[in-house]
Amino acid sequence: MPVKGWVEIDPIYCKGCELCVGACPQDVLAIDLDNLTSKGYHPAYLVGEGCTGCAICAIVCPESAITVFRETPSRESIKKNIEVTV
Amino acid sequence: MARELLKGNIAIAEAAVRAGLEAYFGYPITPQTELLEWMSHRMPELGRVFLQAESEVAAINMVYGAACTGARVMSSSSSPGVSLMMEGLSYIAGTELPVVLVDVVRGGPGLGNIAPSQGDYNQIVHGGGHGDYFNIVLAPSSVQEAIDLTVLAFDLAEKYRSIVIVMADGNIGQMMEPAELPPMRPIKKVYPEWSVRGAVSRDKRILSSIYMNPEDEEITNLRLLERWQVVQRNETMFKEYFLDNAEIIVLGYGTAGRIAYSAVRAARAEGIPVGLFRPVSLSPFPSEVIEDLADSSSAFLVVEMNTGQMLNDVKMFVNGKVPVEFYGRLGGMVPFPEEILAEIKRISSGNFSPVSDPRITWIERLKETINGSGEAT
Amino acid sequence: MERTNTAQKVYSRPESLTGATTHYCPGCTHGVAHRIIAEVIDEMNIREKTIGVAPVGCSVFAYNYFNCDFVEAAHGRAPAMATGIKRVLPDRIVFTYQGDGDLASIGMAEIMHAAARGENLTVIFINNAIYGMTGGQMAPTSLPGQCTTSSPGGRDVEQTGYPIRMAELISGMDGASYSVRRSLHDPNNIRKSKKAIRTAFEVQKHELGFAIVELLSSCPTNWGYSPAEALDWIKYHMLPVFPIGDYKTIDEVNNIKS
Repeated sequence: MPVKGWVEIDPIYCKGCELCVGACPQDVLAIDLDNLTSKGYHPAYLVGEGCTGCAICAIVCPESAITVFRETPSRESIKKNIEVTV
Repeated sequence: MARELLKGNIAIAEAAVRAGLEAYFGYPITPQTELLEWMSHRMPELGRVFLQAESEVAAINMVYGAACTGARVMSSSSSPGVSLMMEGLSYIAGTELPVVLVDVVRGGPGLGNIAPSQGDYNQIVHGGGHGDYFNIVLAPSSVQEAIDLTVLAFDLAEKYRSIVIVMADGNIGQMMEPAELPPMRPIKKVYPEWSVRGAVSRDKRILSSIYMNPEDEEITNLRLLERWQVVQRNETMFKEYFLDNAEIIVLGYGTAGRIAYSAVRAARAEGIPVGLFRPVSLSPFPSEVIEDLADSSSAFLVVEMNTGQMLNDVKMFVNGKVPVEFYGRLGGMVPFPEEILAEIKRISSGNFSPVSDPRITWIERLKETINGSGEAT
Repeated sequence: MERTNTAQKVYSRPESLTGATTHYCPGCTHGVAHRIIAEVIDEMNIREKTIGVAPVGCSVFAYNYFNCDFVEAAHGRAPAMATGIKRVLPDRIVFTYQGDGDLASIGMAEIMHAAARGENLTVIFINNAIYGMTGGQMAPTSLPGQCTTSSPGGRDVEQTGYPIRMAELISGMDGASYSVRRSLHDPNNIRKSKKAIRTAFEVQKHELGFAIVELLSSCPTNWGYSPAEALDWIKYHMLPVFPIGDYKTIDEVNNIKS
């Protein structure tokens, strides 16, 4: 099954520079034009599914604002094709 | 320890080594190069740090870096090189670091010459670098005093987190006299709580002279000023000779003070009631003592090897109470005791300068001394 | 989205960055450089023995962003200040972080002599072909024809000469052990930049001499571009003048790299 990932973009740091948006190979990042950070920037955020946790966004982010998570299926669940959810 | 015949520059260098100097960064410049050369073999011999920098600019910044680690560090230079260090000194003062600098003053301005002078007084005593800061300035007049003041300089620098400048001149740097060096002091083992040495098991520290917020900078400036007031109360140093019932007070520091001493002794032998006041700390300036002396005397004669730089400070504190006369030699010329004796006699016979700036009549007398008629070009 | 208990955090803010927000412009790659340096410090576990020297320029407040001991140098003097620190504390890791005005203009003497002496220092040189902090004046690294506030008609090489290539210049010095140029304009190059920075710190750790990594960096605000356009400007305009490359790597450095 495809690797799933997700990112958390910290609005304290994000300056809405859009570099992550352009760098994301899955095109799952966008600028949130409806909200502002406390500094007045439109932050980036994750839209939709498709993030693979490749961390390219975090690599290009100048503010180290992005934390990247990747879901690695456990060995058991691969064998039994079971997903264990919390 | 026994007295040995020592050259001033070398005596100062070795005195610093014995005071626990950990790092020396400098650049060759006459008339203090022997200090650097001494350090170049002595410091490595003791496993301490020596580096000849690529310029005085680099040297003072290396001092700045090493001072951040809390180590005992110094540099030395002469007038043109010290001018290059002014930026670094301002940064060091703004970061409140202990640093010792030796200035062996030579003729100037500009490239000047390599002869002894006192032309750096204003630059060293009244700042030189930008901003509000206060150096401690000590002026030796003999090789022994240079040794003692160099050792003291490190202690004062650390006590007050301040720059201490030992301001000698080419004469003191180059001459050889019998003097006694102190015993070797060990390198310190405990470093100050502000020092930057790597954040082992503690929060990080920053050392900087930046205070972007004017409110913060004002507090810093005030702190430096109040610390200076403590220095003024506690660290003023001077020597007095023949001041009992002295009516004429001769003031001079360093080599000028030493030569004036010979003149004062000769004058006393002729019965003239003259004494010598020799500031040892030019900064803090012994202003209160001078104010008192103005009350109890009838004339001052300031002797310097410049165009009257300490003269301005003396005049300020005499504040018009008594006439302040001036005798100076310039550009690396060193006065003879006879010249100063002649001045003392002139004053003691009541022949004062008719105008408040004593330089005006002094210039005329100096021109006659120089070439009889002389127009300066 | 379903999240399983086998999820891993694969990337997060390095420890060697403080929690401070930076004053850098949005999209300025100073932040990228800071992050990869901090990652290297974390990975080498040298945070407690690292002392950084901050320059004058946009990164003058670098001391607020790195979580290690830091000192602030006068403009251009960081290599001299770093020399003072390293000579007194040879077992610490001392690095300078400098821009093109600091390193290639006013500080040219200090960097050349630190390299000539083979000081065991790591220098990170941020080349963005302009003076950022003071509002966009011409730098020694500005490109011919580049419009800046002090070369409004474009840099005229007849009057103001040609950009200085520092990585190449330093590589000519016997005292330099590692002198390379990398770029921060895309993820691949950022990864390579981090590797070079890691090497530069390892050079110091192994006492192999002077190491400098020149990083082509963007200045969207003063170039007048969006952050993404600015990265393209590096790729299409700066790379031909400042090629990526390893200009000096002594044998011992190659050995530790492998």
